Amino acid sequence: MQLALTILVDGLSYASWLFIVALGLTLVFGVLKILNIAHGSFYALGAYMAASAVALVNNLNVSPYFSLLAMLLAAVALAALVAPVTERGLLRFFYGRDEVLLVLVTYAMFLMLEDITKLIWGANPYYVSEPYALFGNLDFGNQSYVGYDLLLVVLAVVVGSAMWWGLNRTRFGKIVTAVIHSPEVAASMGVKVSRVYMVAFSMGLFLAALGGAFTAPMISVQPGVSVGVIIISFAVVIIGGLGSIEGAAIGALIVGLARAFAVHLMPVAELFSVYVVMALVLMFRPQGLFQRIQARKI
Amino acid sequence: MAKLLFTALVVLLGCLGVGLVLPKWLQFMLTMAMANGLVSLGLVILMRGGVVAFGQGLMAALGGYTAALVFEHFQWTEALALPLLGGLSAMLITAPFAPLLARYRGIFFSMLTLALSMVGYGLLVKTDALGGSDGINMGRVHLLGHVLPDEWVSYSLLAVTMCFVALSLVWAKVYFASTRGLVTRAIRDNELRVEYMGGSVAQTMAINFVVAAFLAGMGGALAVMALGHIDPNFSYWTTSGEFVFVAILAGSQSVMAVMLSSVLLEVVRSFSSAYFPTTWQLALGLFLLLVIRFLPQGLGALWRSKPQEEAP
Repeated sequence: MQLALTILVDGLSYASWLFIVALGLTLVFGVLKILNIAHGSFYALGAYMAASAVALVNNLNVSPYFSLLAMLLAAVALAALVAPVTERGLLRFFYGRDEVLLVLVTYAMFLMLEDITKLIWGANPYYVSEPYALFGNLDFGNQSYVGYDLLLVVLAVVVGSAMWWGLNRTRFGKIVTAVIHSPEVAASMGVKVSRVYMVAFSMGLFLAALGGAFTAPMISVQPGVSVGVIIISFAVVIIGGLGSIEGAAIGALIVGLARAFAVHLMPVAELFSVYVVMALVLMFRPQGLFQRIQARKI
Repeated sequence: MAKLLFTALVVLLGCLGVGLVLPKWLQFMLTMAMANGLVSLGLVILMRGGVVAFGQGLMAALGGYTAALVFEHFQWTEALALPLLGGLSAMLITAPFAPLLARYRGIFFSMLTLALSMVGYGLLVKTDALGGSDGINMGRVHLLGHVLPDEWVSYSLLAVTMCFVALSLVWAKVYFASTRGLVTRAIRDNELRVEYMGGSVAQTMAINFVVAAFLAGMGGALAVMALGHIDPNFSYWTTSGEFVFVAILAGSQSVMAVMLSSVLLEVVRSFSSAYFPTTWQLALGLFLLLVIRFLPQGLGALWRSKPQEEAP
């Protein structure tokens, strides 16, 4: 029972930041039809920005709760700075090309961002664990859980709901849905498709950076964090079905719990538990759990 | 056919001759480039059918591990046999997955191969009998039963690799023009039509996959013979990404282009890691972007101007 609860809490907190990151990935895929390998680099950039921002707040002698705000602002700043440059300056030249070719374009971006990150922040790890202790520990029975983990769960729920509301209940959301279905028809109705692309890409980048920023206190921020995140968030969106919010949520839960199970019960399998789940899901539901079957061209 | 064999022989002899006068570091670099090129050649075969595998690194690793294990445990040291053995083992191990993978297309094929290769990577890292994350070493191979003297090692390995590459390229050229090779092209354009015309899409894709595994295993074994060491990083997805990179750079129009691209990548990588050690990935990424932007059909399109027609 103890163990089950631990696995559940562990899995949930892991699933929550993963959901935030995967949501960005699935949004960008849904709108721009790009499976973005550089998404993991944006996550890493978010973590680095947050590390610097928290260090700055720590030097200012203000309430430590400001570091949470600083982390959020770091993600916003990153999205505002980097998204327009990459989308307008680079990606738009490749729209309409083969999906797999676009994966390769983002692979090139990933390679470049890896080095750019190292150039800016160096190769040494950063530790900013102060925010992690902000919410103390919560006791259940004789087991205690870190409050920050539960904050992440709340954050994931808030972000997910906001996203769902934004896409399903606002005018702009309807426009985005129209663009997803058919960019040409949307354009002929007077929608500025390129602007929708840019907003969607910025939003996706922001979510990656947000995930990175709020996990920064839990990890050592160093070169290489991006690589693991890319593959694992790929697994999440593939399991859930590309381009679906519910899918990303379920996928993140499955992956988070599978990993927590493996960590606590079968540590040997930690490395590949996630891929096994992904392979299994793909074998039985080739389009993911929440994807509608697409018509084939004749 | 005769003309093809003659051309191949002339080119091979020319390359072997040129190889003699090259410095040792360049011989080694070319050996690695060609061995990796074989892995990418397998990818090109798959890409002609419209799918891109992101797990070829694991296939190469399977071949490499087989060669190293057979060398260490059974003392099979023959340089001409080990690559074939590596190819066969990669082929046999991955064959059960071929019918399954043949059902997938596009991004899902790529992601599934990626997932399976990462499962393999995890297993390799965790298996102590295979050296875990340190990998295993491999001694110096023999050629036709003879011990290779120090000054001839790198040239011999280059020559062996060139012979395997030449054979594979000739075979690939024949295969591309064969019925199955043409059906593969048709599948990329429109697989439903292929089914209507009586071709088996799943069978063709599965066979292509197995063939690609063989080529990758062979390439992996050749690379390990030259390196003398193999570790699980061979099967990591970033390595697989480099093989895809070479295949895209080459395009699917010319088999020679695959080898040229592989050499080009190795040159860019060596020079940028020598001259900009901290920013070589930046250089590589930029190079890749430029290629995709300005050479959409790959290097092969530079001397093959036959336009590729897309089905509506």
